[in-house]
Amino acid sequence: MPNQIPADSVGLVTPQTHRFTAPLLLACGRTLDEYELVYETYGQLNAAKSNAVLICHALSGHHHAAGYHSMDDKRPGWWDAYIGPGKPIDTNKFFVVSLNNLGGCHGSTGPRSINPLTGKAWGADFPMIRVRDWVASQAHLADVLGIDVWAAIIGGSLGGMQVMRWALDFPQRIRHAVVIASALKLSAQNIAFNEAARKAIVSDPNFFDGDYIEHNTLPKNGLAVARMIGHITYLSDYAMGEKFGRDLRSGSFELGNDEPVEFQIESYLRYQGDSFANTFDANSYIRITKALDYFDLAREFNDDPVSAFKQTNAKFLVISFSTDWRFAPERSHEIVNALVGANRPVTYAEIESKHGHDAFLLPDERYEQVFGRYLAGVKI
Amino acid sequence: MRIDLNEIQHWIQQGSRILDLGCGDGTLLKFLIDTKQVQGYGLEIDPAQINICIDKGLNVIEQNLDRGLGNFADKSFDTVLMTQALQTLHFPHLVLDEMLRVGKECIVTFPNFGHWKARFYLATRGRMPVSDLLPYEWYNTPNIHFCTFKDFEVLCRERNIKVIHRQVVNEQSGQTLKDFMPNLFGETAIYHLRK
Repeated sequence: MPNQIPADSVGLVTPQTHRFTAPLLLACGRTLDEYELVYETYGQLNAAKSNAVLICHALSGHHHAAGYHSMDDKRPGWWDAYIGPGKPIDTNKFFVVSLNNLGGCHGSTGPRSINPLTGKAWGADFPMIRVRDWVASQAHLADVLGIDVWAAIIGGSLGGMQVMRWALDFPQRIRHAVVIASALKLSAQNIAFNEAARKAIVSDPNFFDGDYIEHNTLPKNGLAVARMIGHITYLSDYAMGEKFGRDLRSGSFELGNDEPVEFQIESYLRYQGDSFANTFDANSYIRITKALDYFDLAREFNDDPVSAFKQTNAKFLVISFSTDWRFAPERSHEIVNALVGANRPVTYAEIESKHGHDAFLLPDERYEQVFGRYLAGVKI
Repeated sequence: MRIDLNEIQHWIQQGSRILDLGCGDGTLLKFLIDTKQVQGYGLEIDPAQINICIDKGLNVIEQNLDRGLGNFADKSFDTVLMTQALQTLHFPHLVLDEMLRVGKECIVTFPNFGHWKARFYLATRGRMPVSDLLPYEWYNTPNIHFCTFKDFEVLCRERNIKVIHRQVVNEQSGQTLKDFMPNLFGETAIYHLRK
């Protein structure tokens, strides 16, 4: 944290928690009798309650999207570049709600929470969650906050899938849908990467079939490998080359030198993996990647996304990034084409970026322009 | 508003579904939405123009026309429009085919390279025409496929494209002469086409 809060920051924020006591029937058929959602808000809800914006987070995201929790924080929330006064999601205009999804591990009910029936951590017994369950629970949170209709719901990657699910399941409750670097469904390659990551986790001897908490341990190595695999897919070949190249962190290739060589990229990936493994829950990771795999917007519409989008009322903004190979621009084209086929309003921009899938989180002049100008046109 | 844009409205049905290829800053699309209540999408590749369309609240989709219109279904639009962009395409004839596949009707406008000023410039100076209408040097111009009205009509005949209407409009001089000898005195043509 800098000594002073930047002028375009939402400043110090405090998460809030709401306990829901009405049972939530999940897509898997099981029911959560009660659950908690942790969330943050930025900006002020207007009297007409017409300026509310919901942020849906991606795989490793959480409720802390903007601002700082304390003056000691090293970094602001994960989407601080885009949320704040005068930023694309302008908190002078909008009341922004950002939550941690159900099944996560940053404060909302998830595998590390206590199962009231057993008095122990849920662990492996926590239900499988789907995108529609997140959206249903987000709708209950909207009820609690008194928000009938969101001015906009915004999400990147897996967050974009939640936005599309919102538009389908609650067409009267969302006016603008902003879907960034996302897809109608995962490709086989996407699922393959997710499965490799899950396999790394369950192969860790400390995983104990998901009941590692009971065994007072954590499958940190497996989770770190899972994160390393994921992280590779978030970066472009170019970005990785530019940032790390073949630079060495230690050792040398000199003949007669037996010292092991470590590339910068190895050290970077290990650091990313280890720090993730210290803050994320393995069971959450498995559930969230499964939710990604299962998501298929058009499945219930004979695999026809046009029929699916005919259910929607929202105006869409779709954004993709040129070097994103995890959710390539072609995936966004599929969304846009289906919306056009369904005669739904849509704006689409393909941002030239070197940063691969990660680009949706990073500052970029054109991205900011498209995003900001679109949201400036949202009536409140 | 450009004079060709103003004429186009007469050929657009109230409340119809239109696709504007190379929609620029969205002037025409916005005008047709306001006056004809059309449901419209614009395709554009220039980020600065896309920004202006977004400011206007238009449905603008970033798409390179040279990659075709394969993402749009047959006859999915009442009218597909393309104003002053034909001459910038790598394969104008293929885009024209695509327009007539996607739209029930098409409207195309383009500058006339057979206009007497262009002919005069080339004939007297022996150099590619540069004027206020065509302000680019040959080596650095978005206009890579100029044609005359006659050229375009030959193409239409070859591809069995029916010209429903043709209107010739002049921003500048030659208002009477253009009706008399359009390919010599017309500046811009608006073609209303059907397959």
